[in-house]
Amino acid sequence: MNSRERVLARVRRALADVPREERPRDFPVPRDYLRRHGDGERSAARTAALLAGNLADYRAVVHRTSTAGLPGLLARLLAEHGSRSVVLPPGLPPEWLAAADVTVVRDRETVTPAELDAVDTVVTGCAVAIAETGTLVLDGGPDQGRRRITLVPDHHLCVVRVPGQVVDSVPQALERLDPARPLTWISGPSATSDIELDRVEGVHGPRTLEVILVED
Amino acid sequence: MSGTYLGMPAFPKAAREAVHDQTLRGNLRHATRTIRDKRARAVAELEDWPALRAAGRAVKDRTLRHLDRYLVQLEEAVTAAGGIVHWAADADEANRIVTHLVKATGESEVVKVKSMATQEIGLNEALEAEGIRAYETDLAELIVQLGEDRPSHILVPAIHRNRGEIRDIFARTMGEWGRPAPDGLTDSPAELAEAARLHLREKFLRAKVGISGANFMVAETGTLVVVESEGNGRMCLTLPETLISVVGIEKVVPTWQDLEVFLQLLPRSSTAERMNPYTSTWTGTTDGDGPQTFHLVLLDNGRTDTLADEVGRQALRCIRCSACLNVCPVYERAGGHAYGSVYPGPIGAILSPQLRGTQTEIDASLPYASSLCGACYEVCPVAIDIPEVLVHLRERVVEGGEVTRRGVRVTLKPAKGHAAERAAMRAARWTLDHPGALRAGQRLAARTRRVHPQRLPGPGRAWSDTRALPEVPEESFRHWWQRTRGGAR
Amino acid sequence: MRVALFVTCVNDTLYPRTGRAVVSLLERLGVEVAFPQAQSCCGQPHFNTGYRHETEPLVRRFDAAFREYEYVVTPSGSCAAMVRDNYPRIGAKAAAEGRGRALAEAAARSVPKTYELTEFLVDVLGVTDVGAYFPHTVTYHPTCHGLRVLGLRDRPRRLLEHVKGLELRELPGAEECCGFGGTFAVKNAAVSAAMGADKAGHIEGTGAEAVCTVDNSCLMHIGGTLARRGSGIRPVHLAEILAATEEEPYA
Repeated sequence: MNSRERVLARVRRALADVPREERPRDFPVPRDYLRRHGDGERSAARTAALLAGNLADYRAVVHRTSTAGLPGLLARLLAEHGSRSVVLPPGLPPEWLAAADVTVVRDRETVTPAELDAVDTVVTGCAVAIAETGTLVLDGGPDQGRRRITLVPDHHLCVVRVPGQVVDSVPQALERLDPARPLTWISGPSATSDIELDRVEGVHGPRTLEVILVED
Repeated sequence: MSGTYLGMPAFPKAAREAVHDQTLRGNLRHATRTIRDKRARAVAELEDWPALRAAGRAVKDRTLRHLDRYLVQLEEAVTAAGGIVHWAADADEANRIVTHLVKATGESEVVKVKSMATQEIGLNEALEAEGIRAYETDLAELIVQLGEDRPSHILVPAIHRNRGEIRDIFARTMGEWGRPAPDGLTDSPAELAEAARLHLREKFLRAKVGISGANFMVAETGTLVVVESEGNGRMCLTLPETLISVVGIEKVVPTWQDLEVFLQLLPRSSTAERMNPYTSTWTGTTDGDGPQTFHLVLLDNGRTDTLADEVGRQALRCIRCSACLNVCPVYERAGGHAYGSVYPGPIGAILSPQLRGTQTEIDASLPYASSLCGACYEVCPVAIDIPEVLVHLRERVVEGGEVTRRGVRVTLKPAKGHAAERAAMRAARWTLDHPGALRAGQRLAARTRRVHPQRLPGPGRAWSDTRALPEVPEESFRHWWQRTRGGAR
Repeated sequence: MRVALFVTCVNDTLYPRTGRAVVSLLERLGVEVAFPQAQSCCGQPHFNTGYRHETEPLVRRFDAAFREYEYVVTPSGSCAAMVRDNYPRIGAKAAAEGRGRALAEAAARSVPKTYELTEFLVDVLGVTDVGAYFPHTVTYHPTCHGLRVLGLRDRPRRLLEHVKGLELRELPGAEECCGFGGTFAVKNAAVSAAMGADKAGHIEGTGAEAVCTVDNSCLMHIGGTLARRGSGIRPVHLAEILAATEEEPYA
């Protein structure tokens, strides 16, 4: 008997008390928890405000602009951060960086971690943003790119389209996401609670996370 | 489990030493109290917490009751997505599989995400014996590894260390493992985190093999989930060419939708956050992004034995949040090391004696490492009735009985060293079941009350060293009732 | 209303004052109280130490002793919790071991009629002002089984707030275990004593004259710890405070 068969046989013996005819759905799972929290319907504006508040609460820096204002804002934020180079996912709209005075590295498979480490900033879009938790979810789409480009550089500028990409809650986010894609959920800059269980921002991921909410 | 813990003294002895370590007491009090209040606030934000908790419990129970089906479904989904699935019946087999996989890459070092399962099987030591160096990359794990220490907490393995101690460990040892700590390193947490960032970055950037565990595995999609804070997890999961994940078989959940329950329960219960900074999910391999070779090692190592116990089985619902440790008054005073296992605290006290059996001194003592106050059950996000399982395991220790070990039904004898207690319990029960004898005993105690000692000899000292004995009254309630109410009932 | 007092073995043997207080309190409230002599111990020490089979005769004894009563009132949170929480488990396990349903039925009869004293006062009698008088400062420690297993919530506090002359002092860290835990107190004496010392420190910090609980087992540990520390704070069972009146003050 190989280990696969051994483990499965042990599992089946261990479950001798479970009626043979029981199917998984015969065992009830109560799902009367909420699909979203808070009283009544939230307007799109209030949901965006909740997202902004929760992002800021975990030390992300939040900016708001319009599509027309985006290139100017990105240029200003890059300049203020002192960024000289920026890595971009292959499908990021080129006009976003039109006003910025930086060296652009378009990500390709051949770009090494060491090269990414030398880049100052990464600019991406996102797949979904969750208002109740202040979370951005990246799914590797064309304007988000490989997981590593939002990990190695120390400064991440993430663009969220409001209200189109914003959901209220974790359950709503999972409905929108495709599990076949590699997902990265980001809630604030990297942090640790490992020293005396007290939160300190800034370990291995980007130490500065700036989120731009674009509303038209 | 890991050989590191063989020959551990029983819990009371180890705990007695810890109780008198003032630095340790201070560190634990500070850390657990900080997180306790924060957790309560994070949980109170969600008005549907009890419903989420009930759902989390039910999803896990449904999974456990049909675990064979879900494991096979998971295997198919992972394989279809480009992953390779291995099965390990015990720690040795898991270590052999992983060692073989690493050797096949030709590499002699690996980077690791914090993983309870690989600690449980002693993977680092097994790799070391084959000439492979495993770098722990979680900050607390790094502190433990550099300090040649043992973990003392599920979430924060270096919780027993304060910032000053951490500074000293970094300054002294980082140079032996790679990039030394910066000169003039202070004990500010931000500076310590920065030192870890610099020390580990060179390892991340050159790593070819990553090793992880997983918080959840989704059977229907073959997706694995790692929940973390620092970004070391993302580094290990995305930069290397080969990823090996060692995961306990109980970590499977049926559907993608089920994550909506656990991704709300886990962060608030563990780090008391609305959401932890980073969560990674991956399904097999993705062309051009992340490791191109992915191995999943499914680990039994006592889990099916635990599953075979209808009461003890609920321990397998655990999502390793550590809320029970943070709220436990015994853990706070005894510290994690006294539990002699990678799983300390209340959950460890019911998990270790089930995964390892109750035959060693430490494992037989763990079910008694609790005052049964119930605070752990109250905070558990999947409603594990830890006091119920503790008492159930106490019975296994003192009365023996049928259990499953390595998949085989065996009958345990009562543990040694409880003979006197058993006799006393039997005698007490006899007296209590014979009110005439009880009455006579009470009368004798009342007559001799003037000569009762203030302190007890022998085992009674355990009480009277720190606590005065109650005075025996002149007459028992029973006598008073009979004297004043006569034959009335 | 046929009400029986389950005094508990600890109160019977070591704290008869508490039993007498319950009788006088209930009689003052117009309740006729019986004391079935066949009662003894709920079996908690045996069960919680792992001796489930030794507990079974005591489950049967409890059922037989109180069979003819509608209400069983006990001045002990942990003994009430033992009956309500663990008797059904003991019955179910015996049935699963193929020894019939008799024990499960005994448990099923015992569970619904067993009340901790403050539950009986507040929920059954519907009183929170029992006409008590206790002119002292008091702090209240909610015992774990009362708090978390029975869910007594604010019942004891509401009763205390109506006691004439009583000044209630807030206890910091009130919901943390005192460290008694039955045989835990001797099996893990060092941790138990450390927990007791912290609890005693908090109690002393309130400056109260007395500390009260709904359970004399915990109070034996707390009071014993306070006494060893040379503290003059008096441990008092809640029933004794509620029984005290201006005519018959607490002695």
